[in-house]
Amino acid sequence: MTSTMLGKKERQALIDPLFNNNPIALQVLGICSALAVTTKLDKAIVMAISLTLVTGFSSLSISLIRNLVPTNVRIIIQLTIIASLVIIADQILKAFVPTISKQLSVYVGLIITNCIVMGRAEAYALQNPPFLSFLDGIGNGLGYSMILIVVGVIRELFGSGKILGYTILKPVTEGGWYQPNGLLIMAPGALFIIAILIWLLRTWKPEQQEKE
Amino acid sequence: MEREGSVYTVIFTTILCGICSVLVASAAVGLKDRQIMNKILDKQHKILLVSGLAGAKESLSRSEIQERYKQNIETKLVNFETGEYETSLDPATFDPQRALKDPNLSKPAPPNGAGIVNMSKYGHIYFVKKGGQVEEVIIPIQGRGLWSVMYGFLALDKDLNTVRGIIFYEHGETPGLGGEIENPRWCQLWVGRKVYDDTGKVQLSVIKGTAGPPDTDPYRVDGLSGATMTSRGVTNLIQFWLSDSVYGKFLKKKREQGSL
Amino acid sequence: MLEHYLGLFIKSAFIENMALAFFLGMCSFMAVSRRVETAIGLGAAVIFVLVLAVAVSNLIYNYLLREGALGWVHPSLASIDLGFLSFLAYIGSIAALVQLVEMFVDKYAPRLYSALGIFLPLIAVNCAILGAALFMEQRDYNFGDSLVFAIGSGIGWALAIIGMASIREKMRYSNVPPGLRGLGMAFILTGLMALGFLAFSGIQL
Repeated sequence: MTSTMLGKKERQALIDPLFNNNPIALQVLGICSALAVTTKLDKAIVMAISLTLVTGFSSLSISLIRNLVPTNVRIIIQLTIIASLVIIADQILKAFVPTISKQLSVYVGLIITNCIVMGRAEAYALQNPPFLSFLDGIGNGLGYSMILIVVGVIRELFGSGKILGYTILKPVTEGGWYQPNGLLIMAPGALFIIAILIWLLRTWKPEQQEKE
Repeated sequence: MEREGSVYTVIFTTILCGICSVLVASAAVGLKDRQIMNKILDKQHKILLVSGLAGAKESLSRSEIQERYKQNIETKLVNFETGEYETSLDPATFDPQRALKDPNLSKPAPPNGAGIVNMSKYGHIYFVKKGGQVEEVIIPIQGRGLWSVMYGFLALDKDLNTVRGIIFYEHGETPGLGGEIENPRWCQLWVGRKVYDDTGKVQLSVIKGTAGPPDTDPYRVDGLSGATMTSRGVTNLIQFWLSDSVYGKFLKKKREQGSL
Repeated sequence: MLEHYLGLFIKSAFIENMALAFFLGMCSFMAVSRRVETAIGLGAAVIFVLVLAVAVSNLIYNYLLREGALGWVHPSLASIDLGFLSFLAYIGSIAALVQLVEMFVDKYAPRLYSALGIFLPLIAVNCAILGAALFMEQRDYNFGDSLVFAIGSGIGWALAIIGMASIREKMRYSNVPPGLRGLGMAFILTGLMALGFLAFSGIQL
């Protein structure tokens, strides 16, 4: 990160969402896909990149037209822009990483309703200039990516003994010693991992704890 | 013009929709050929894998796949009712999935455990040739597992009874349990097993537990541990696709004739 | 036929539960499950919108977007494949539908509006709705199938959130470690519920 190029405000827009205001861990946004696409790391990475770019560009374009949008159709305009970007992302994935695109199935389309994208457009891009909004979008995308990749590594490593398809812990089924933990691959495993991550993050930064 | 007025709103939305549609349409149209090509290449690659013409670890470029496929594989259509080749349709353009929608090309399937309700009247068969001689035949298979429909290919020896390979390329079974159907180790266990017994009945099945080597225990394959329903699904789909109402009739005829 | 629909219903409500097997609609699932009463309200609103949205999306897909769908307008249009527009068409119709439902309920059923009203805008971006429309397309359901699928998924989602809210109400009296309070515990509870729902997975229909 070249600090000379980016001022304090820009850096804050980019870095803040990583730990201090993480979209998944603190704002409870966009968890659906975080859970569903993390059974394998490659899926998680592709999803993370797509979402980061879509958030960045949707924030950028919404910020560009922020002074022109009629307020009564604001939401639907945002949805149209986001949906168009997602379609483009989906088409690119289908053309260049067809296998992963197939595995991601409906979850690429669900980026449209991923609250992070919409949430940043509403909360930030409508009030801020384009470049800052773009950084904010990318930053939030990265915050999301970070959780996705961590969860993906844990699930693939302990769930099937591999990282990115390369065997690290040789499973019993292939003549090794490691007994893969099936729970991690299944739906509930992801929820438990995220719960533990939130616990760790909130123990490290107690100001994020809830009163309830 | 006033920003909240309805004329402005309509104009604004129209322009925006125009821009978005141009972007979306150009992405879709521009990438379409590559996407279609991907699908074809993917299928060709799977056929090469099950036939042993490509190794699981081997990474092939797009042109290598096409080249190898064109040199070694020949495709024909089988009529399931007559058990003969169907020459009135073009195997390159026939799509069994689409045929299901056409009452002239499909019919209700006989009762089966593979969860197949409607079946196409015709199916593809792929011949693997070496030096002009048919070495193996490959048939597409599919059927219900625990969670999903499993799609695959089965390769038979030129005796039309011995399994030379099996592959499942699309499924949604539990990773690590039923998902092991794509484990090459497990697929390797199928090689050398026999499909039909001396009376011509489909005997091949996936059992619970461990089967012996192919020469002493030819009709049974090891079950997948922790995945009873998936294993049963595989048995059911094998029994269905090789039965007389599907590929069985054709295979039997050709076995009796002793030539393809 | 009835058997087929019953099977599809049970499958979409329990075995492939939108919330617990596919994690769809998780954002509102976590945010609005603190109290049973609000959970029931949101659950009902989701069922309602989901059924409408999937039915409309099914018609759009089959008569406008899919390859050959435009054949009914003119045979020469039969080769057009507008499938890539599906995301845009679905999200647009969902958003419009939510808006219409909101106006309609406000005008004709003000009591229902005061109960559901605040949830309706939330639903436009609830991924369970868009997810159901996309599953409908991916699995190629016909109109009847998609209706049953939508009713089943809606009820399944509502059941999950109501169950979750009931557990969370009880959790208020438990001594949860500070770092896990609120969100963290919600994830663990959902995980346990999902584990319970896995028991349905062996059922063959």
